[in-house]
Amino acid sequence: MSSLTVKDLTKAFGTTPVLTGVDLHVPSGSFTALLGPSGCGKTTLLRLIAGFEDPDTGTVAVGDRVVAGTGRGVAARRRGIGFVPQEGGLFPHLTVAGNISFGLPRRQRRDGGRVRDLLQLVGLDADLADRSPHQLSGGQQQRVALARALAPKPSLVLLDEPFSSLDAALREETRLAVSAALTASGATAVLVTHDQAEALSMADQVAVLRDGRLVQRTDPRTLYRRPGDLDVALFVGEAVVLDAEVRNGRAHCVLGALAYEQTSADPVPDGAARVLLRPEQLRLSAPVATAPIAKVHSIDFYGHDSRAWLDLPGGMRVSARLEGVEVPSAGDDVSVTVRGTALVFPPVGMGLAGDPGPVPAHLG
Amino acid sequence: MPVARGSRPSAGARDGAPLRRFPVTLLLACAVAALALLPLGYIVGYTIDVGWSGVRELVFRPRVAELLWNTARLVLGTVLLCGILGVGSAWLVERSSVPLRRLWHVLLVAPLAVPAFVNSYAWISLLPGLDTYRGALLVVTLSYFPFVYLPVAAAFRGLDPALEETAHGLGLSSWAVFWRVQLPQLRVALLGGSLLVALHLLAEFGALRMLRYPTFTTAIYDQYRATFNGPGATMLAGVLVLLCLLLLLAELRLRGRRGYARTGRGAARPVRPVPLRGLTVPSLAGLAGLVGLALVVPLASLAYWMITGSSTTLSLPALATTTGTTLALGAGAAVLTVALAVPTGWLAVRARGRVSTLLERSTYLGSAVPGIVVALALVTISIRATPWLYQTVPVLLAAYAILFLPRAIVTVRSAVEQSPRLYDDVAASLGSSAVDRLRRVTLPLLAPGIGAGAALVFLAVVTELTATLLLAPTGTITLATAFWSASSGLEYGAAAPYAVIMVLLSAPATVLLSRDARRGMTT
Repeated sequence: MSSLTVKDLTKAFGTTPVLTGVDLHVPSGSFTALLGPSGCGKTTLLRLIAGFEDPDTGTVAVGDRVVAGTGRGVAARRRGIGFVPQEGGLFPHLTVAGNISFGLPRRQRRDGGRVRDLLQLVGLDADLADRSPHQLSGGQQQRVALARALAPKPSLVLLDEPFSSLDAALREETRLAVSAALTASGATAVLVTHDQAEALSMADQVAVLRDGRLVQRTDPRTLYRRPGDLDVALFVGEAVVLDAEVRNGRAHCVLGALAYEQTSADPVPDGAARVLLRPEQLRLSAPVATAPIAKVHSIDFYGHDSRAWLDLPGGMRVSARLEGVEVPSAGDDVSVTVRGTALVFPPVGMGLAGDPGPVPAHLG
Repeated sequence: MPVARGSRPSAGARDGAPLRRFPVTLLLACAVAALALLPLGYIVGYTIDVGWSGVRELVFRPRVAELLWNTARLVLGTVLLCGILGVGSAWLVERSSVPLRRLWHVLLVAPLAVPAFVNSYAWISLLPGLDTYRGALLVVTLSYFPFVYLPVAAAFRGLDPALEETAHGLGLSSWAVFWRVQLPQLRVALLGGSLLVALHLLAEFGALRMLRYPTFTTAIYDQYRATFNGPGATMLAGVLVLLCLLLLLAELRLRGRRGYARTGRGAARPVRPVPLRGLTVPSLAGLAGLVGLALVVPLASLAYWMITGSSTTLSLPALATTTGTTLALGAGAAVLTVALAVPTGWLAVRARGRVSTLLERSTYLGSAVPGIVVALALVTISIRATPWLYQTVPVLLAAYAILFLPRAIVTVRSAVEQSPRLYDDVAASLGSSAVDRLRRVTLPLLAPGIGAGAALVFLAVVTELTATLLLAPTGTITLATAFWSASSGLEYGAAAPYAVIMVLLSAPATVLLSRDARRGMTT
């Protein structure tokens, strides 16, 4: 296993810039998710790391070895980086065993034991060895692709949206199997995804990529609790964003005077701001005089929990996540109280984040 | 701010990697293009020598206008008919519930085993009245429609049935699905096949000469025979090359720049055929009629001449020697041509762009030069530049390669189109070197396409007439030249055994072609 260090990487296709100065460090043995919306350049970043494309400027280093950026880059085949493409990319002319043993030295290719071990590593039955790729389910194809990537014992494994083509049930099962296999192999792994739940649940650290630039890199909890800006906040989970006025150490908004944490080292100046709350921070109760009253617009019932869409006094619609079975009905009036602290961001028109727009539109 | 790009590397755009990724391949493709353009260069050089006044004198004549009209209407008619017959029969065999699909597939490829000039010999020896436009149209269409059928049938198999199912789900009828979903995806194959038919027809000599239908090639041959290597023949060839240039430009505009690699998951699912119900009998009758005209008539005619011509003494040793020579030439040319086709076909897909298109078109252009001019050019060049090569087999093989490169490139190209670059990347990430990737990934994936290409070249060489007539080393007699000298003297009976051997030799390659293409067929 090795660490991965990317410094100031840029890449343009023709006149279209795709990556504009990406810095990324992936510690040895860690599992990092590259999270970003479609078109943010994350697949390109992965392909530059793998060596399928050459960067315009910047460097890529695996451990201490610089593989791209200084003169002629190291060829993909000499980088020792495993690659699991989007839909498995299994060679259609080879069996499962042929695929898995593809990257092994010639003498080891006929070793059925190796193939069996690798199949076991990814949680697949040894009987599958003689099947053709088209006889496998999507999840099985992904696992075989991972086994194939892990077979030559790479120092680093790259996974390019490996679960996006799988249905929900299969995806969860495949994720667990892939996580287990990666942990067991001890390889450093980088996963590209646009699914924040996948990134938060699987990775040790999440790097958020936006418009060809890395905007935040941290562990999943911090990312969710203390996103660097409102766009990141909205991208990694549902959010309630309200206009507020900061004075005397509290943020005054439609939900009352809220305690807040500052998002940067500088203290928050008094004046206009926006506050971020997560839907699970809103607590609903029967109407009381001491708390703001909202009207329940509708309820999304999921079984294990529910989401209530609330019309706040100012006319804004926000969501609240409710646990348990006792949920209000549409049309009820409820009191809203806030658990925990809010995060304060600069008001619209200031800071790096653009206007997030009306919140429900982002969540819909 | 980056424009939103699809995050799938397999989707077209990123397949078009810059040429500098493949320096060796580019160099090889350039060399191939240079070889292919050799005869053309000869014509251009000759034209410059003749000068403008000479060109005006030789080209602007009523005779040339007449040849132009004859050639144009024959090419248009044939391409149209071949397109209809090829796509229609490919759809019936690959996508409909017509009975005995495997058998029909073989029978529809089989006419390739009967060379066009044998086919016209078979028809005209039975019906001497076929020496008209309609006669020529009938005979060459029956000879050439498999060139459209084969790539289109292969493309039908490569189509993702999910797209059709989606279209059916959107409420489209089978006809609408064919028109709006399948046909656009078949475009590359259809245009490739049509181009092949048209180029082939422009260069056709034997069949049209036999049918006494005057076109450029026959006129060039007459000129050449009259005034060995005279300016008249070369100038007519110049006009012919201009026609090919126009054809290639038209195809370039029609084809567009889009890739058609399947973007769906790993392996395509089998297809459920469209039920024909009441149309089954008419469909069967149509297929039977087509096969009857294209295959049964020529074979019956050959059989007739074999029997009635038995009075002619048949020299078995001569037949065996001629056959051996032809076989060896065919195999050698097939290997050479396919090896030459791979770099060009590869670049045309993987490094889509002006340069690779130019290289691909160069080979088409080069081979569009009629066999007789290729031969003429190689004779002249080898006498001047490499006298030790004059009248040797390598020159003959080079002529075959120049003539038949497009057949190999079209098939190699569509195979590359169906295998995305992803596999190459994955193999590289597994530590496989460029040569290793070629051997373990690229070639196996391209094998069906390469096999089809080799078979097409072999078929073509076994039955090649014009270039062989002029380039074969003294004493080297092939089946085609032996057949030609007999049938030219109207000795139909004496010609028949050579024709039969040509058909028999072509048959295994044809079966190979159809069996290979049958792989992956449902049921």
